[in-house]
Amino acid sequence: MKIIVSGEKKEVADNLTVAALIEQEKVETPQYVTVSVNEEFIESGSFADRFLHEGDEVEFLYFMGGGK
Amino acid sequence: MNSRKRVLNMRITIQKSEFEKIYNYALLQLPDEACGLIAGLEMEDGSREIRKVYLLTNTDHTNEHFSIDPKEQLQAVREMRAEGLKPLGNWHSHPETPSRPSEEDKRLANDPNASYLILSLEEKERPVLNAFHVESVNGDKVARKEELVIVQEVENG
Repeated sequence: MKIIVSGEKKEVADNLTVAALIEQEKVETPQYVTVSVNEEFIESGSFADRFLHEGDEVEFLYFMGGGK
Repeated sequence: MNSRKRVLNMRITIQKSEFEKIYNYALLQLPDEACGLIAGLEMEDGSREIRKVYLLTNTDHTNEHFSIDPKEQLQAVREMRAEGLKPLGNWHSHPETPSRPSEEDKRLANDPNASYLILSLEEKERPVLNAFHVESVNGDKVARKEELVIVQEVENG
């Protein structure tokens, strides 16, 4: 199936989970990454259970913060 | 952010008009820290051109910390993609301290491909903007200064 990952069209296996996509995309420091699918934020505890579907748009977002 | 490994070239440019947007917004947000995202182009040699800055909400609303609203972050990233730009990192202000990453800044800098811009308003009439790359070296976070150049305008588009 075709999905969009970080703005790029990708051909991926059917029934791919968010967790598997993170591994497949070799996302660095994934423990600090928030994932959205079609603008919906996915709970990190659900990555392994959240299946992706044809046409889904996935974004990986790093938490952005700091302090003086 | 893109999961592709960044080709390290420490040169990054920002248009003067975009720098002024950051500066003016950061002044308006005082005494709080201000923050946002940077977007632009990454060249084949790894150098970067900031074409657009995003002025976002510091959900911490203090002069000691910042956290970018994740919903605004997602919306900004989608806008960047729609405009053919790439997320390049973030910026934030230090209202009272120098333009260098604090320990907290380094601890929370977890995107290995990002450029982190820090605007110091220690002297409000003389803002100082620097860019950094933060990476983990043997378990420690190390910040390296990038070569930030403020340019009048971008040629060829």
